[in-house]
Amino acid sequence: MSSHSNPGRPVAYSKKLEKTVTAPGGTLTILQHLSLALFPGEALAILGASGSGKSTLLGLLAGLDLATAGEIRLFDQSLGSLDEDQRAGLRAGRVGFVFQSFQLLPGMTALENVMLPLELSHHPDPAAGAREALDQVGLVQRLGHYPSQLSGGEQQRVAIARAFATNPEILFADEPTGSLDQATGSHISDLLFRLREESGAALLLVTHDQQLAARCNRRLLLENGRLSSLT
Amino acid sequence: MNTLHFALRMFRRDWRNGELRLLALSLALAVAAVTAVGFFTERVQQAMVLQASEVLAADLVLSGHDAIPDRFARQAREMSLQTATTLGFPSVVMQGDRTRLVEIKAVSPEYPLRGELRVRAAPDLPEQRIRQTPSPGELWVGTQLLTELGLDTGDRLSLGEREFRISRIISRDSGDAANLFRLGPRVLMALEDIPSTALVTPASRVHHQLLVAGAPERVERYRLWAEDRLPRGGLSLSHMSNARPALRSALDRGGRFLGLAALAAVLMASAAVALSARRFVERQSDSSAILRCLGCSRGFILQTLLIRLSLLTLLASLAGVLFGYLSQFLLAGAIGDWFGPELPLPGMTPVVIGFGTGFATLFGFTLPSMLRLGSVPPLRVLRRDLGAPPANAWLAALSALAAIALLMLWQSGDMKLATAVMAGTLLTITLLLAAARLLIRLVTPLRHRGDSVWRYGLAGLARNPALTSLQLAGFGLGILALLLLAVVRVDLLNSWQRTIPEQAPNQFLINIQPREVQPLTRFLQQHGLENGGIHPMLRARLTRINAHTVSPDDYASDRARRLASREFNLSWSERLQADNRILSGQWWSPDQTDQPLFSVEQGVADELGIHLGDRLTFTLASVPIKGQVVSLRSVQWDSFRPNFFVIGTPGLLQNYPATYITSFYLPPGEEKRLAGLLQRFPSVTIIDVSTLMQQIREIIARGAVAVEFVFLFTLGAGMLVLYAGIQATREHRRQESAILRTLGLRRRPLLLAVSIEFVTLGVLAGLLASSCASLIGWYISTELLVLGYQFNPWLWAIGILGSGIGVGLAGTLATYPLVVKPPLETLRG
Repeated sequence: MSSHSNPGRPVAYSKKLEKTVTAPGGTLTILQHLSLALFPGEALAILGASGSGKSTLLGLLAGLDLATAGEIRLFDQSLGSLDEDQRAGLRAGRVGFVFQSFQLLPGMTALENVMLPLELSHHPDPAAGAREALDQVGLVQRLGHYPSQLSGGEQQRVAIARAFATNPEILFADEPTGSLDQATGSHISDLLFRLREESGAALLLVTHDQQLAARCNRRLLLENGRLSSLT
Repeated sequence: MNTLHFALRMFRRDWRNGELRLLALSLALAVAAVTAVGFFTERVQQAMVLQASEVLAADLVLSGHDAIPDRFARQAREMSLQTATTLGFPSVVMQGDRTRLVEIKAVSPEYPLRGELRVRAAPDLPEQRIRQTPSPGELWVGTQLLTELGLDTGDRLSLGEREFRISRIISRDSGDAANLFRLGPRVLMALEDIPSTALVTPASRVHHQLLVAGAPERVERYRLWAEDRLPRGGLSLSHMSNARPALRSALDRGGRFLGLAALAAVLMASAAVALSARRFVERQSDSSAILRCLGCSRGFILQTLLIRLSLLTLLASLAGVLFGYLSQFLLAGAIGDWFGPELPLPGMTPVVIGFGTGFATLFGFTLPSMLRLGSVPPLRVLRRDLGAPPANAWLAALSALAAIALLMLWQSGDMKLATAVMAGTLLTITLLLAAARLLIRLVTPLRHRGDSVWRYGLAGLARNPALTSLQLAGFGLGILALLLLAVVRVDLLNSWQRTIPEQAPNQFLINIQPREVQPLTRFLQQHGLENGGIHPMLRARLTRINAHTVSPDDYASDRARRLASREFNLSWSERLQADNRILSGQWWSPDQTDQPLFSVEQGVADELGIHLGDRLTFTLASVPIKGQVVSLRSVQWDSFRPNFFVIGTPGLLQNYPATYITSFYLPPGEEKRLAGLLQRFPSVTIIDVSTLMQQIREIIARGAVAVEFVFLFTLGAGMLVLYAGIQATREHRRQESAILRTLGLRRRPLLLAVSIEFVTLGVLAGLLASSCASLIGWYISTELLVLGYQFNPWLWAIGILGSGIGVGLAGTLATYPLVVKPPLETLRG
């Protein structure tokens, strides 16, 4: 487990962030002059309609993509000055992800999918760590199952186990209940927030689900490329 | 966890869920093809050389007009080699008052060291193989001599101061094939009888031979030893590589056939490797994106990938080498008796080449696309449309080219062949890809016609033109392999076998005097003995090339030294013989026939350093004959027609004394006709080459079996290419089938649409492949193997129909499980 950042300073931060893309009709501005700070242990929801740029913002803050202008800092490091490998190195073991489409590797069992980040962060016993993480999400009976043999809710539980396995400082969640029915979604949401509470990780949640967003400490609305506060 | 440990874990996971199986199988097949061919050709070529050695009756022969110094035999025995001695000279046998000039061959009891002697106890008794030589006091003679002198076995014959009993009729002496030009019929006798005949004195013109045979590496060591010690001018050394051109030509062609067959297999397997690697990259893109997300560097991803691929190559190559080794044993077991009881064991070189092929194939054909995995953007986890950036086309082409070039050189060891096949492959792939694009454009408008099933079927082709082109090119290559295997191979082998047609000339007549040309031609016509023309022949020595005096000491190679020291058979002609081909320069026109011009056979020109435009001086009885080289020719030596290294214009040569030579086909069992010919033309000498021809036919037959075996690998690789081609679109098809089923399309129309798509692909691939196969067959046949080639219309019929049905059926069957699978399972997948 890596050391936590200074509790007084944001773990993720952006200032005057801008993202434009070239589209057939010309240049399209997705995000403009967007400033944001995510503090340690905080749960922040970004709400917005489909296509509003929520996932783009999440990708930029996690260092998966580069901004067109402005500054982004992750763990006090300016992402603009890092190349892709350095950004990946910054994430290793300190960032967890949960996606709408689960993003489990189809060729690996549930256990192996969870072992993956542990193996990469030099965990002394990845199998034991993964088993423990799967136990926390109630899937210890399904260790040897492949994603195709699991239901949608079970796949997302595996993804959550994988996200928390390394005890990350930030969890980025992109519509974690978007592919699930209401009951399963609610169960997954409970699990996500319980594990976050226990681990103390900061959460950046991107969703259009008001109920899910309501469980966060702070909520922001992304509209026309700009953020406005809802709380 | 270190990179290696992680890579090993990933490899185990890849392997377990079948990610690597197709890749491994393709790779193993490529390696198996190369190693099986390597092991097998090594053994067969050794065996072929061994068989060809039969023509010399040894692996190596030292010969000269003086007795061979003892140290040569001593050294051979010290090197644990077998030796035998022969003595040859012309003499006269007498029976009563009748005499006949014969060629005596006196042999030691060990003769022959290679090959065999076959004899008959009486003219009407069957031929039998015999493991002994004539006993003292006995002579073995040919049918020709018996017929001419009216003798039978048991009769007595005088030779020198002794009388001998004719104990057997000799019908085959392997060692005789190498020495075609004799003055009279062959008589075989024991070497120890020679002193008692008092025929050989120090002044006699006797041909001495020391025959040597044994393990190849020892023979080679002995050859090197002997070559350094050959007395200049007095002694010559013959071994397989400089034996009869006709045999060498057959062996060379055999080697080329095998090399081509192996290349075809490797190229096919490489195509399968490239196709399956593409699928692997596609499937690995998600893993790479997630790994990047989880914090892995590009270097780490590439390192683990390289380790996994190297491990895969090692294991697949190992399996391929083992399979190759075992399969060559199966084949050797099946045809072993044809090569005699002991087929030599293979060496380790093919193992090294096998592993080298594995690595070269995998990395050459896949590295550029594999490297893309390191550049999969991590953002793919949020946006599925982002994949690995396309591979640099130049880098991919360069890498594949380098791999092909390396493989070709290893496989053929022949730059010309390697370049030709490489150019052919590139051309074929480019043609296939370009034609595929064009055909897709042509069928695209059709998708707006017909019913929904038809529309959906054709839409499948236009869905992803790049992928369809690749798939079409893959199918095209697979079908090409099958067509080459099924049709072109047979045509080529037939062409090869046709080089010695059933009725190829098997008798040569030499020493025909000018005045006998007309009556002999008539005689042959009257007896229905067709001949390929009567050619003048005069013997002269090459003394100068331009201003330079020719001396054996100028040349390093044994063959060149011999050519420089002996007399050439020259001929003159107005027209180029049918089995000759001008390689450079021009044959003389009718108005140039009185100018001093020469045409030289390319091989001899290369050996002696003769170039187009050089002025040659030959000397005949101290008279110089000067002329300029205006053309270099290739000669089809195994046509068994009289051929000449050097031909001059009639104006240059026809005023010199010459004899004539011709050849004709004598059906077996009609040897008695020769007696009539000899009675009518007593000075003419008959040379029987049927034994040599039989040996060449056997070499071709065995070579053909070997080639067929090697082509089986091409067949396997072709099937793999087809399979990989079908698998290439499987992922897309799985999604589409599920969506279409969900939207209410029933299984039957869906399967019908899929079969329309695959049958169309198959027909197009068949059309392209048949055309390429014809061109390749024609090129290989005419340009590389110098054989005639006939276009086979069945190629198109079989190619288009077979491919349409085969690809259609295979594609539909492979898609069937996707269609019957509940759509929910796929969509949830």
